[in-house]
Amino acid sequence: MKFTIQVNEGPYQHQATDSAYLFTKAALEKGHEIFRVFFYHDGVNNGTRLTTPPQDDRNIVKRWSELGAEHDLDLVICVAAAQRRGIVDDGEAERNGKDATNIAEGFRISGLGQLVEGAIQSDRLVVFGD
Amino acid sequence: MLHIVNKSSYDRNSLDVAVSYKADGDIFLLIEDGVYAAMKGGAAASKLDGCTVSVLGADIAARGIAEDKLIDGVSVIDYAGFVDLVEANEKVQSWL
Amino acid sequence: MSKVKKFMYVNRRAPYGTIYAWESLEVVLIGAAFEQDVSMAFIGDGVYQLTKGQDTTGLEMKNFSPTYSALGDYEVTKIYIEKESLEERGLTLDDLQHLTWEDEDEDWAEKDSIKLVSRAEMVKVFADQDVFFNF
Repeated sequence: MKFTIQVNEGPYQHQATDSAYLFTKAALEKGHEIFRVFFYHDGVNNGTRLTTPPQDDRNIVKRWSELGAEHDLDLVICVAAAQRRGIVDDGEAERNGKDATNIAEGFRISGLGQLVEGAIQSDRLVVFGD
Repeated sequence: MLHIVNKSSYDRNSLDVAVSYKADGDIFLLIEDGVYAAMKGGAAASKLDGCTVSVLGADIAARGIAEDKLIDGVSVIDYAGFVDLVEANEKVQSWL
Repeated sequence: MSKVKKFMYVNRRAPYGTIYAWESLEVVLIGAAFEQDVSMAFIGDGVYQLTKGQDTTGLEMKNFSPTYSALGDYEVTKIYIEKESLEERGLTLDDLQHLTWEDEDEDWAEKDSIKLVSRAEMVKVFADQDVFFNF
């Protein structure tokens, strides 16, 4: 079965991204396909590479990047939500005149259409939020 | 439909709202802070009367809720079970 | 070509206190290009999103309420408002924007997009959907 996962909240503030990550991992372990993980609202903050969480706790951004790399996941950060909240890749930096980028490994910034496409192409859309 | 409820019933009305949309055959999955509603003796437990309820084991364990403190008839599942529930239900709603 | 799916965008939050109302509307507008069978449901505090006379000047925030009137142009013509949610809040349809769409097949006749339904009817509307967007 194909899943699209939507993550509406940022790292640490709410449990949403933890639940989404563990669900995604479990789905992959069962042999399902993750069509896309789409980060919306404050969920875009899961894609900053600048977090320094305490050593004795989970590194939320890093583990999404690692899961993404291990399974070739499509981790998409919504461009409109990212612009509002300051998650920037090279393309966005150039387009919007920013002097830095901060996107984490394995994430890409793209439009809301990616969420809609995910919902169309997947068998299930599962939303994690507040 | 699979109704996923992640907020404490004592804090937000999401469980009340979700249950008010119950149809035959629906399943209620409590995750995150939503699991508190399934505790025996709590005022929220009666909201689940007549519902088919599962709770995520990892979330009750995190919150120090032993399985014998849950209301009768609740299934405790793991994340693999969560995936199975989503697979088994064509319609899924998250009552955030 | 995949089969057309029935999309239901469920709105439960009031506007301005959080961004969910606005950012969920953005999904609906972008999603219109994908030509699915779209419905919106406004339940609970979601009904407040459609109230008339919103003036955000004092908050120095964008007033996005005029955007709802464009939904008809984006072929979002099934907007379900829950009766009980209105009543609990002391509101009637008169307090909400009158949303319409123009039916090309009937010489662009203007029709109501809003369908006032009871909670029991909304359960049936939900049963008919394929995919739920929750914000």
